[in-house]
Amino acid sequence: MKPNFEQFTDIPGTTIFTMEMAQKGFQLNEFCMSLRTQENRDRFHADERKYLDEWDMSEEQKQAVLTRDFQKMLDGGGNVYFLSKIFAAEGMSYVQAVSTMTDMNVEEYQAMMVAGGRDIEGWRSKKERGEA
Amino acid sequence: MARIVAGIATSHVPAVGHAVDSGRTEDDYWRPMFQGYEFSKQWIKDNPADVDIIVYNDHASYFGMDIMPTFGIGTAGKYEICDEGYGPRPVPVVMGHPALSTHLAASLILDDFDMTVLNRLDVDHGLTVPMSLMYGQPDAWPTRVIPFPVNVVMYPQPSGERCLAIGKAIRDAVQNFDEDITVRVWGTGGMSHQIQGARAGLINLPWDLQFMNDLIDQPEVLQHKPHLEYMIEAGSEGVELIMWLIMRGALGDDVNEVYRFNHVPASNTSVGHLILTPKD
Repeated sequence: MKPNFEQFTDIPGTTIFTMEMAQKGFQLNEFCMSLRTQENRDRFHADERKYLDEWDMSEEQKQAVLTRDFQKMLDGGGNVYFLSKIFAAEGMSYVQAVSTMTDMNVEEYQAMMVAGGRDIEGWRSKKERGEA
Repeated sequence: MARIVAGIATSHVPAVGHAVDSGRTEDDYWRPMFQGYEFSKQWIKDNPADVDIIVYNDHASYFGMDIMPTFGIGTAGKYEICDEGYGPRPVPVVMGHPALSTHLAASLILDDFDMTVLNRLDVDHGLTVPMSLMYGQPDAWPTRVIPFPVNVVMYPQPSGERCLAIGKAIRDAVQNFDEDITVRVWGTGGMSHQIQGARAGLINLPWDLQFMNDLIDQPEVLQHKPHLEYMIEAGSEGVELIMWLIMRGALGDDVNEVYRFNHVPASNTSVGHLILTPKD
C-alpha cells in the first residue's frame, strides 16, 4: 500500500508524527532521549548551548529548544513524548507545557480542560475553518 | 490449559501516576476519577488471575527512534521501571512470566505476526499507571505480567484490522498453553486527547462512548476505522485506542460488560475504563 503522509495536513492545529517527520527530527528526539539520566539533565541545565552542540541538530531546532518553543520543535520533527523529557526535567506538567502551544495561558487552558476540554466543533478541518 | 478470563481497558495518563505516588488521590481534582476505579480494585481482588498481558505503548521512555517495533512482546523474568525525565516511578518491579511469553511470542510469529522479541525491557507509565489504578500501591504486584508494547506514536501505526487479528491470535495461543493458568488481557491508552499544537486539549466524549459501545458489540466493524478518523475525532494521541482492539480480539466473539467508567478530564485526557469477560 502506498503511504499517504499528506492525509493529516487538513487537521487544524495538529502536527502528526509521521515516519517522514521522524526522519527530520531524529537528532532532536535523540537529544531528548538523552535526558533520561540525571547526569545528562544536570549537564544540559549547566550549559544548554554547549550540550545541544553535541548533537547534529539544525540551528533552528536548537533555537526552538533554547527558547522552549514546543510548536517549533514539533515543526522540526520533534514528538511530544520525546519533548516531554525537556519539560519533565524542569518539573513542568503536560498541562503546563501543552498550554504553551495554544492561544491560552495555563490558567485558561486548565479551566477549559476542567470544563470538559476543547470542543471538537470547528476543529475538524482547516478547510472548514478557512485556513487552507 | 490456560484460559483468558477477562479483558480490562483503561487510560494510562502519567499525571494519574503522579497523583498516586504523591498521595493526592483524595484531592478535589482527583477524587472523582479515583472513585470510578474503586469498583475495579475490589473486582480484581475478588477475581484473581495468574498473568496479565498488558498491551500498552512506550512513550519515548525505553524505545527512542533507534528502534521502533510495531508489535513487541516482553519475554524477560522481570522489567525495571523507566526514568521518564523525573526519575523512575516508586512502584514495584514488574515480574514476568517467561514460559507463557515465550510460548506466546513463538505462537504469534508462527501465525505470521512478526513480533519483536524483547528479552530486555524497562516499562513506563503506559504499563504501570493501569496497574496502579487496578491494584493500588502494593509492596509487590499480585500477578505476573507480559508487556506487549505497540507503536502508536509514529504513523503508520498498525491498522485496526491487524490489532483485532493479533488479539484473536493471542487468544488461540493462550488456549494452547499447557499449564492450567488464568490470564487477563489489558488494552490501555486513550480515550480522546491531544497534547500538542493549537488544537491541544481536544476531548470528544460522545465519540469515546460510541467507541466503547462498538468495541463491545461490533469489533468486526470498528476494526475498519481508519487512523485518520481517530486523529481527527479523538485527537492526535487518541489513536492509542487501537490497542483496545487487541484486548477485545483476545476475548472471543461475545463479551459481558462487567463495568464501565468515564471521566473528563485527567490532565489533558478523557478517561475511559471497561471490564469485560468472555461469554464462552
